[in-house]
Amino acid sequence: MSAAVRYRLFSPDTTDRAAGLMLWASAAATVLILLFIIGMIVYRGIGVINISFLLDSPRMSGAEGGIFPAIVGTLCLVMVAILTAGPIGIGAAVYLTEYAPDNTVTHIIRFCVECLAGIPSIVIGLFGYAFLVVYLGFGFSILSGGLALMFMILPWTVRASEEAIKTVSSGLKEGSLALGATKWQTIRQVVIPGALPGITTGIILGTGKAIGETAVIMYTAGSSLLLPESIFDPVRALPYHLYILVSEGISDDMAYGCAAVLLGMVLLINFTAVAIQRYYQTRSGLWH
Amino acid sequence: MGIEDIEIESRKLDLWYGSAQALKNVSISIEKNRVTALIGPSGCGKSTFIRCINRMNDLIKGCRITGKVLFEGRDVYEKDVDVVVLRKRIGMVFQKPNPFPMSIYDNIAYGPRIHGMNAKRKLDEVVEDSLKAAALWDEVGDILDKPALDLSGGQQQRLCIARTLAVKPDVILFDEPCSALDPISTAKIEDLISALKRDYTIIIVTHNMQQAARVSDLTAFFLLGEMIEFGKTKQIFENPVKKSTENYITGRFG
Repeated sequence: MSAAVRYRLFSPDTTDRAAGLMLWASAAATVLILLFIIGMIVYRGIGVINISFLLDSPRMSGAEGGIFPAIVGTLCLVMVAILTAGPIGIGAAVYLTEYAPDNTVTHIIRFCVECLAGIPSIVIGLFGYAFLVVYLGFGFSILSGGLALMFMILPWTVRASEEAIKTVSSGLKEGSLALGATKWQTIRQVVIPGALPGITTGIILGTGKAIGETAVIMYTAGSSLLLPESIFDPVRALPYHLYILVSEGISDDMAYGCAAVLLGMVLLINFTAVAIQRYYQTRSGLWH
Repeated sequence: MGIEDIEIESRKLDLWYGSAQALKNVSISIEKNRVTALIGPSGCGKSTFIRCINRMNDLIKGCRITGKVLFEGRDVYEKDVDVVVLRKRIGMVFQKPNPFPMSIYDNIAYGPRIHGMNAKRKLDEVVEDSLKAAALWDEVGDILDKPALDLSGGQQQRLCIARTLAVKPDVILFDEPCSALDPISTAKIEDLISALKRDYTIIIVTHNMQQAARVSDLTAFFLLGEMIEFGKTKQIFENPVKKSTENYITGRFG
């Protein structure tokens, strides 16, 4: 045994330290990549960002003016996506956690959720175009784009809701049932409210994903730079506006400004999600 | 005592979790307005037994039952028994205090509300009466809108008792209600149980033999899924018939 030790090139201490260093470097690289992206985008974009950039309509295809309609368009699309994905996602999650028997059908449903999460966004975009825009006749609109986004974030909503529902202690459920509550009363009044912080966090994180999606809304939401008046109006979302500014060589500066705003929105959303989670986790007793 | 004094009766009750038998041929008669204690080492089936009475075992996958559990002479496992009504009449207080993450008021009003009581004045009345009956009103009467989870463990447990009283049950099942509590809170709960037996039939599962001796009129000793001995608490503790009961009570195992 001692011979083996003697022939080692480095002492165990050294390899241990080296491994620790490499692992630390991996973690540091992750942080650096994030900081580098944010730094670069903010550095290039900050010059064009001011009140009028945020609140004015674009002029000359976006080379001048602001990005207000794209911000509004993005918010409208995300709103439709959340308002539809929320109820369906929570419903599916409640079914899977509380009602579904442990059988083949349930396994198939779970597999479908996984599959839906794995469909490339461009494919969902194309499907959205064929089904929502053309077949259902919703046209290029907030409705079409929002629903296509919903297809995209639905699996995340289901998963987040499932996880959140599982954290509601069985003690609470039993407490409700023991008072003579029905299963549905228990779910509606104890399980869902108890899971709501987790569900909300999940949906907010889904929003963060949805807000940056370009491929899905390209073929479904349209490209209008006018402010929408109803959900049947087309809009151009921020990431698509960004894409057009760059790909058609309209203005790099405006594109970076647009990117910085988009990034700001996503970070704000993520911070909100984390804050909600923190707030409820520190209130002990809610989640055992 | 006459037959009308029997509120709950199990007859040759067997229960399996999958292939493991947790209750073996348990026959016991629970008298009205008495406190019956179930004692025995962990895993002896005492909690499983009381969960048969309000059918909480229904929720457990792979749980199978044969034999009968009669409540007021009627088998609770008959097909047309409404579990909601059964559980309304047979309340349960759990080992770990489990108040809902709502206000104190809403915790108590939860039961009456799901059973259709919505008038504010009536609910106010029930909340006050229940909290008074659970000896908690003096402590929380003026903070009813505070979250129930802000209360101490002992207060939470009394809140859970009040919540059970609010649906006006006939029987209350206590499943080791003090095992998560400090001695002072435990004493309060024990006083409460003694006070409640005037109006309710009480079954209490406990690990604590002094507790059984203090609060109960009758005691049943369970071991490995079987009910070994059942009788007046005084007799069980002072003069047990079976050797294993004596061994357990004198602390030779468990």
